[in-house]
Amino acid sequence: MSSKTSDRIATGIFVTIAVIIISLLIGLFYFILVNGVKQISIDFLTKPSSNLLAGGGIRDQIFNSFYVLIITMIITVPLGLGGGIYMAEYAKPGKVTDFIRVCVEVLASFPSIVIGMFGLLMFVTLTGWGYTILGGALALTVFNLPVMVRVSEDAIRSVPRDIKEASLGLGITHWHTIKTILLPSAFPSILTGAILAAGRVFGEAAALLFTAGLSTPRLDYSDWNPFSSTSPLNIFRPAETLAVHIWSVNTQGLIPDVKEVANGSAAVLVISVLIFNLLARGIGSLVHKKMTASK
Amino acid sequence: MAVSTKDKPVSVQPIQKEQILKVNNLEIFYGEKRAVNGISMDIDKKGITALIGPSGCGKSTFLRSINRMNDLIPGARAEGEILYEDVNLLSKDVNVVALRKEIGMVFQKPNPFPKSIYNNITHALKFSGIRKKSKLDEIVEESLRKAALWDEVKDRLHKSALSLSGGQQQRLCIARTIAMKPAVMLLDEPSSALDPISNAKVEELILELKKDYSIIIVTHNMQQASRISDKTAFFLSGDLIEYDITENVFTNPSEKKTEEYISGRFG
Repeated sequence: MSSKTSDRIATGIFVTIAVIIISLLIGLFYFILVNGVKQISIDFLTKPSSNLLAGGGIRDQIFNSFYVLIITMIITVPLGLGGGIYMAEYAKPGKVTDFIRVCVEVLASFPSIVIGMFGLLMFVTLTGWGYTILGGALALTVFNLPVMVRVSEDAIRSVPRDIKEASLGLGITHWHTIKTILLPSAFPSILTGAILAAGRVFGEAAALLFTAGLSTPRLDYSDWNPFSSTSPLNIFRPAETLAVHIWSVNTQGLIPDVKEVANGSAAVLVISVLIFNLLARGIGSLVHKKMTASK
Repeated sequence: MAVSTKDKPVSVQPIQKEQILKVNNLEIFYGEKRAVNGISMDIDKKGITALIGPSGCGKSTFLRSINRMNDLIPGARAEGEILYEDVNLLSKDVNVVALRKEIGMVFQKPNPFPKSIYNNITHALKFSGIRKKSKLDEIVEESLRKAALWDEVKDRLHKSALSLSGGQQQRLCIARTIAMKPAVMLLDEPSSALDPISNAKVEELILELKKDYSIIIVTHNMQQASRISDKTAFFLSGDLIEYDITENVFTNPSEKKTEEYISGRFG
């Protein structure tokens, strides 16, 4: 076989793979949106869900999804970033560091249902909190943290060494160099990692079933006191997220319009993830431009 | 203007110049491997000392040990003494951050920060406690002028430093170092990555800087060493073979190895 033919075959194979991936994506989107978008209405988005009657909405589930996401990221990002900085800049190469890295990787590949069980023991039973948003967020942190650490470490390591040397060579301390040179340069990759982690939070159901629970108390959106039991901001209340809602109406829903609610919720979930990604990337690139003066 | 003989620079070389660094029996190791084998030399104040020699001869390693940049390399260690104002720079008690402010460095590859031109210079200044805008502006202009870059960039100080050409980037890196007002500047092949015109500008700049700074320059370019340096040290396999006034090294070397190297027979 001539090198020209093999080159053509290779090109053909890769184009085919690309086409398969793209058609899968389009098919998925088409299926979800065609079935789901017609269920979305103002009523559907602004009414609380119903347990028995048709026509319930997903207002609380949407709020819960975003709220769990925010609480999780508030815990995950600083911890993950700290871990990444330690692994990239402070950990001395050796057996201990390698061991930590293996642990991080094993943790990253844990099945989320196992983390859910762990969360049930740790954050629900042992603490005596019951099903809470905080418990859910902590469980999600357990399985997002490794990803965040890994991504931050790689991002910091990939900053060219000569920029770091330049900063240290000017008599700037290690920490100030990390803060003002390494982190801004690594920012786009770290942001990508955070977005990936956020996407996992949004779509996660298994880890939340036993930690944040399958129900939402009656919420009063005019109550902003985070310690009040009817306040949506209370982190010690159970909260059913969108992904969990899809699972629960499909498996144990008593309402007559199970299919419509599930399809509508799926479409809202997909659209939310999409909007969240685009927004995060847009804001991220603005911040990066401001920091590096590149226009 | 009245011209008197007093205004003319004195061309007679002082016999003994003041010294800024004294190196005594310096040995540098990378793990088990010895890269520099016990060298001793004194570096003149406000002069240009060139370090020449083939790749891997230890000249860059020596240079990087002066401001302790080798600390960043795992397994690297140095023994012996480098005395600066009677302090051994290799001692564990030396404040490395303060040392690097006194002894600045310019690297082989231009390495501006991915920030604006202005912030490239103010980055280290702000860290060292200068916050006043007017003071910062003043130092930025002064150091860019000294680096002969002011006229080229004065209208785009807040554009990214990465938009500059390679030669301009290297002069920015020099300006950044000047802004810290170091006593010694270490230049690690500062113009080897540049085109001939940028190279000439950087050389001109180095000659200008000699008035205020003690400069040690590593170079692979023999013409460069002979054009700009006052003294030249020839390194080979971690040994200091010859160290003398540049003219002597290039026209009348006392060691056979030096002669072979500068006439291009190896290296």
